[in-house]
Parts: sequence; structure tokens; C-alpha cells
Amino acid sequence: MRVFAIVKRIARQMKRDRRSLALMMIAPLFVLTLIWLVVDGDDYEPKIVYDNLPDPIVESLEEHTGELTTGSEEEAVQLMQDGEYDAYLSIDDQAPHILLEGSEPSINSAVMRAVQDSLKSFDSSSQLNEHVVEYLYGSAELNLFDRIGPVLIGFFVFFFVFILGGISFLRERTHGTLEKLLSTPIRRWELVSGYVLGFGFFTIIQSLFIVTFAIYVLDMYMVGLFWELLLVTILLAMTALSLATLLSTFAKNEFQIMQFIPIVIIPQVFFAGLFNLETLDQWIQVISKFMPLTYGAEALQQMMIRGAHIQDVWFEILVLLCFAFVFFVLNIRVLRGHRTL
Amino acid sequence: MSFVEVRNVSHSFGSENVLNQIQLSVEKGKIFGLLGPSGAGKTTLVNMMIGILTPNRGEIYIDSKKVPSFDVIDMTGYMAQSDALYQELTARENLEFIGSIYGLKSSDLKKRINAVMETVNLIDHLDKPVEKYSGGMKRRLSLATALLHEPKLLILDEPTVGIDPVLRKEIWDEFRNLQRNGITIIVTTHVMDEAEKCDELGLLRDGVLMAQGSPSELKEEYQSDSIEDVFLSVGGVK
Ligand SMILES: Nc1ncnc2c1ncn2[C@@H]1O[C@H](COP(=O)(O)OP(=O)(O)OP(=O)(O)O)[C@@H](O)[C@H]1O
Ligand SMILES: [Mg+2]
Repeated sequence: MRVFAIVKRIARQMKRDRRSLALMMIAPLFVLTLIWLVVDGDDYEPKIVYDNLPDPIVESLEEHTGELTTGSEEEAVQLMQDGEYDAYLSIDDQAPHILLEGSEPSINSAVMRAVQDSLKSFDSSSQLNEHVVEYLYGSAELNLFDRIGPVLIGFFVFFFVFILGGISFLRERTHGTLEKLLSTPIRRWELVSGYVLGFGFFTIIQSLFIVTFAIYVLDMYMVGLFWELLLVTILLAMTALSLATLLSTFAKNEFQIMQFIPIVIIPQVFFAGLFNLETLDQWIQVISKFMPLTYGAEALQQMMIRGAHIQDVWFEILVLLCFAFVFFVLNIRVLRGHRTL
Repeated sequence: MSFVEVRNVSHSFGSENVLNQIQLSVEKGKIFGLLGPSGAGKTTLVNMMIGILTPNRGEIYIDSKKVPSFDVIDMTGYMAQSDALYQELTARENLEFIGSIYGLKSSDLKKRINAVMETVNLIDHLDKPVEKYSGGMKRRLSLATALLHEPKLLILDEPTVGIDPVLRKEIWDEFRNLQRNGITIIVTTHVMDEAEKCDELGLLRDGVLMAQGSPSELKEEYQSDSIEDVFLSVGGVK
């Protein structure tokens, strides 16, 4: 019953604090949209100057490029210096010769892809049939946004709950209401549970917002079950919340909560699947094993891209539960510093 | 055994000795005033009584139970020196919250909220958010939260700071009222005229309890006309 009193109070406070509520609900959608706009663009079609190429190659190049023109090497260099073209292609001594503008890696690779595709279709000496590509998971349409999408969803849930929960619990301490509460018969576990459930209610709504928006508005690739996805995001939010209230013990003011962002939050984004870690040093992979977001993002990725179910990601879910439980117990322990009872 | 017994309590924050071998007792139904200058250790001592601070040495018994204890917490109302209120919420919502923590039933709660807000003269501002309250109004609302669950023991840390003389008198009349119902009250203060109104006084200075007794006893003992003079003479200023 006392747990419920805390839940009710948090709900009332949130209702009054419209800005924070908006931050929690709207801000993730806004940032997600921005990332979508930036990452989800169509493939870049390079602009190429050519000289001395056989017609079939030129024809094929036309299909793969945004702009195509013919000119001498000097003219091409001039055009690249002016930033209007990306590469110069010619054939010297039977070998294709490519001069790249070179300052933008993604454009470089776009040029190389276009050139390779064109040359391949020209080199018809091998009379093999067109190869057949099938996808075990995902599809040809799966792009960067789809791949990092699950990580982003996990991150936003984690980030905003961490900030709001941390600051809210910190205020309880700095405004003296924590002491007042501990002068009442409330048990320490009731206080922590009240917080987890009170914010839990809002994190459910927040998760619902983010997941719905990502899948149905931004059309993020998703073959898993909606409610299973929601379950993981909520669990992740609970972990973030209990970590935030715990860390707020070590902060004296709101600004010091913000100082946890580069230390606790940002490394998790980098190490939890935004980039492929398999090529990195062993120690980075080991560090990532201690981060809740690693497991949340992994489970979300498995679900959204590979259509995994709860039972397929049971390990990740179990680890998240352990994190949340340990943080929860530590919260109760830390409150002993205020009242031993 | 007295209702409140503080036995040999010492405490230090780091290397700073804040309380030194405090011994005091308060009888049931008395108004006990803890008088001392700023930094004397009054807040530290009352926080120990309520159980939100554990002394390094010594122990405290309330109603024969060792602090901290939920039995003691259940029957105690505490008002902190700083107003522990939720600023975004209205007075009613603050009281509803504290009331439900104490497990008051909703019909009782409604009656109690009206009663305590009547007592502190804030009944017209029941549905105003606390952030729109003045300093004195917040003080009074804090007092109301301490009175809400009809405690047997009230521990009030400087309850009348920032409250005008008329209202202060009304609040002291209310303390007398509560006392008639058998309630024990411990108040801290550094206002001398308030000290005169207490049944018993403890004079605290630099963490040492210099003297304990009723105002008249103390005045007699130190041959002074006012508590202020008593205070100066125990402090060795005279
Ligand atoms: N949490 C704390 N950490 C360190 N020192 C503290 C802490 N709380 C109080 N003190 C120190 O203990 C001493 C007594 O403080 P306390 O708050 O009990 O004084 P007080 O008598 O209530 O004063 P006031 O009338 O100003 O409220 C002060 O010197 C103060 O600096
Ligand atoms: Mg004080």
C-alpha cells in the first residue's frame, strides 16, 4: 500500500511537470527521426568523368552513376578540384585506371562499387548465370538504419529513464523529503519499489511510443513480435532506473548527474552494438560484457532482425534481470546510510 | 524510565566532534525545549531521536524501546528544519501522500487533513501548489504533515522560524492543547521567549548539554531574571 502511495505521488508529480514528461516521450522520437533522416537516405550515386572507354562499359556506367561525362584527365582533375565530380575513369594498357577525389570514404566506395559493377557486366567471358542471392535473415533492403535501429531504441529508453529517474531521486535527497520519508514507517524496500514501479509506469508508455514510432512511422525493419520487444525495452528501462537511483547517491546536484552521461551512458552506446565489436581488441569486448545495454541491444537486434522470441534471447533477458535485481538490492543497502532500520 | 531517554550519546562527523556525552530525559506529556545557538548540535540530536542518524556512541530509548524502531516511528511526528515538501504538489496532495504512508484510511485521512490544516490556519490554501506558498506557509504545512497521524510524540526542529508572533502564539496554544491530550513534544529553538514557554529545557552548546531543568529552576540555579541570562552565564560569558 505504501508502495502504491509512492507510485501515485510520482504520477502526480510527472503530470505537473509537463516538460519532463515531454522530454521522456517526445524527445526520443525527435532524435530518432533525425538519425533516420541522416542514415536512411538512398545509396549515393557517384559522379564520374570517363575517357577512352568501350561503349558497353559506358552504357553500364550510366545505370550506376548519378552523372557521367567524358573528358580528359586534366579536365577531370579540374572538375574534382571544384568539387563537382568524384572520380576519373579510363583504360590505360588494358587496365582500368581510376583517379578518386578521395576526401569522403563513403563516396570512394560508392565509386568503386559502380565501377566494379560496370566492368563485371562487360567482362562476359565467364558465361555463368547471374548469381542468386538469398537472405537467411533480413533482406536486400536492410540498411544501416535498420541495423542500428534496435540499438538506438535501447539507448533512448536507457538514456531518458536514467536522466529523469536519477534527477528525481536526487531531488528527494537534496530537498529533504527523503529524510522526511525515512522518519515515517516506510520500509526501505517499499521506497525503492515505489520508485521503480512509479517510473516503470511511464517507461512502459515511453517504450510503447518509441517502439511504435520506429516500426510504424519510420518503417524500421522488424520481424519480431511487438509485445516481446516491449518486454525487453521495459526491462532495460527498469535496469536504467535502478542504476540511476543508485548513482544519484554519489551526486550532489543535477549537474553531477549529467556528469554520469559520458562515463556511464556514452560508452555503452559505443560498445553495445552500434559498431561491430568483433574486429576490436579483446578487452573492449570484455568491457562490453559488463554493460546492461549490451544485452538489451543484443536481444532487441535478435528480435527485430532475426525474428527471435523470448525463449531465444533468454540469456540476455536473464542477465538484464540480474542487473536490475543487483541494482535494486544495492539501492536498499545504500539507504541504510540514512536509516539503519 | 522516562518517556524519552538519551544515554551517553556522542557523535562526530569526520574529525569534528558534534555531540559529547549527552544525557537527558523527557517525561511523558511534557514540552521539552532544546535550546542552543546555531551549530550547537540540536538538529543532530533530534535526528538521532527519530532514527535517521545513528550515533557513534550511546543509545536512545523512547517509550522503553531502543531507537531506531518502527514502533517508535509509528507514534512519532517529525518536522525537519528544512521544509520537506513536494513543491509541484498541492498541500492536499502532500498530506494525502504522507497520510497514506502512515496507512490512514481515506475517510479518516480527509477528516485529519481538514483538522490539521485548520490548526495551522491554512485551510483556505488546501489546493494551492506548495511552490506558490510563502516561507511561513511552508513552515506551517510542514508542521501539519507532522501532526497528521495523531502522533504521541512530536519532534519539531525549529517549528516557528519565519512565523509571525500572532500565529506563533496560536501554534503554541495548539501545543498546549496537544499536551493536554497526553502528547509529548520536543522542540528545538534559539528564540528565548519560546524557551520560557517550555516545561523543561536543555541548554546545548558546542555539543555539550550545559544544563537541564524547568525555566524557573534554571533561573533560580543561575540567579538570573531570564533564560537569556542563564544561557550567557552557563556559557561563561558573564
Ligand atoms: N551531515 C553533516 N556532515 C558534517 N557535519 C555536519 C553534518 N550535519 C551537521 N554537521 C555539523 O555538526 C554541527 C551541528 O550541526 P546541527 O545541524 O546539529 O546544528 P544546529 O544546532 O541544529 O544548528 P542550527 O540552529 O543552525 O540549525 C555543525 O557544526 C555542523 O557543521
Ligand atoms: Mg538545526
